[in-house]
Amino acid sequence: MSNVPGDLKYSKEHEWVRFDGKKAYIGITDFAQSELGDIVFVELPEVGAEIRVGDTFGTVESVKTVSDLYAPVTGTVVEVNEGLADAPERVNDDPFDTGWMIAVLVTNDNASDLLTGEQYKEHIND
Amino acid sequence: MGGDDKVLKRTPLYPLYAPYGARTIDFGGWEMPVQFREGIIAEHQAVRNSAGLFDVSHMGEIEISGPNALKTLQKIVTNDVSRMSESQAMYSPVCNDDGGTVDDILIYRLAEDRFLCVVNAGNIDKDYKWFTEHNSGAKIVNQSDEWALLALQGPKSQQIMDRVATPTVSHVAYYTFAQDIVIAGANCMVSRTGYTGEDGFEIYISRDQAKAVFEALLVAGSSLGLIPVGLGARDTLRLEARLPLYGHELRDDISPLEAGLGPFVKLDKGPFIGRNALVVQKANGLKRKIVGFILEDRGVARADCQVLAHGQPIGYVTSGTLGPALGKSIGLALIEADYARIGNTIQIDVRGKLLTATIVKTPFYKRNPAS
Repeated sequence: MSNVPGDLKYSKEHEWVRFDGKKAYIGITDFAQSELGDIVFVELPEVGAEIRVGDTFGTVESVKTVSDLYAPVTGTVVEVNEGLADAPERVNDDPFDTGWMIAVLVTNDNASDLLTGEQYKEHIND
Repeated sequence: MGGDDKVLKRTPLYPLYAPYGARTIDFGGWEMPVQFREGIIAEHQAVRNSAGLFDVSHMGEIEISGPNALKTLQKIVTNDVSRMSESQAMYSPVCNDDGGTVDDILIYRLAEDRFLCVVNAGNIDKDYKWFTEHNSGAKIVNQSDEWALLALQGPKSQQIMDRVATPTVSHVAYYTFAQDIVIAGANCMVSRTGYTGEDGFEIYISRDQAKAVFEALLVAGSSLGLIPVGLGARDTLRLEARLPLYGHELRDDISPLEAGLGPFVKLDKGPFIGRNALVVQKANGLKRKIVGFILEDRGVARADCQVLAHGQPIGYVTSGTLGPALGKSIGLALIEADYARIGNTIQIDVRGKLLTATIVKTPFYKRNPAS
């Protein structure tokens, strides 16, 4: 069974969001990393990039496939997890912590549109 | 993920997938394990360093027998079957009239006038039709539903077989086979062949005994590091060893010469289907060739990505992945022969981004013969 921390918000595209004031940390869920298999490359935007809900903000490449990353919030990228360049396997090993991808300064609060942990669990069990 | 109502075929090993943590995919109409619990990279390394066990029962088996069996096969395949002695195995492309590739198969000479052809899962019906259409009086039987096929691959394969097989298969040399080998009470045909670039065996068994043999091998080999391996690692292993995959390096419109399989095309053996076209291709010089490349930039160039030189399209990627041995993205591409020089730089369009790659010598990985 996939791990779904209850204190995070989720998108249907399998990103998680941890709100910290106006800042939102974003990564992919345990379910997503498990579906992708061994991740070998993560392509992320640069600090300063503007992302909009639903747009792709990067790609995650596993041995077997490539998958787009969809922005769960709108805002400006203020931090990027540079560690993933050399250790993309962190997304597999620790998707909710050291496998985080970007932090965004949220300009348009859509938190209420995101799924709760319970709702996301239902979504992946469908 | 879900939602697809297509009924997929399953091998007799299917009930063991879940207990071993497999994730399955639709592979040419078959529900096959892309990986087991360990994941593609760990499974790849297990085969390189110790051993891995594959379920490849989706492969097809077509038997050609009778007084005209040799004559029929010689007409259908490009390699010279007359050179085979009993208990030998031979790899051969099968060509159409244009020199394109119908399939690439493994042939076992079971007896003087009896051959077993092992064909790609996706080509079983096409091959059976092709063989029967070009039959020169042999008996041709599609036995694909009767056989299960396991592949035990990796440097520890011999040691593992020693623990389960009677009599021993230690004398079975590369590309030969032995019949009536008993494993877990099952009568098996065992060949020293494979698709990983490592030493190893392929084990043919009747479907109802496949589970017992699969589990007996895993139990016998676990202390030596043997784990079940899925098709994901099978693909990265074969690609590092530059073994072609039908539908990628070989297709109805790609000739075995273009794919670099010249040694398996015996133009001097007498007439066979596709020979005339291949003779012309060889005489005029190849226009296209499959080459190996290593990506210099980060990313993975996958099948169908366009290849460019000086801004002009010169071909496309046939297979690409991250090569676990090198830790870099590797691949094969079919490109214009003029650009196919080792050391040349090419560009590959990976989802709209031009990445730089270098054409390199293949295989990307070669096992140490001493090991």
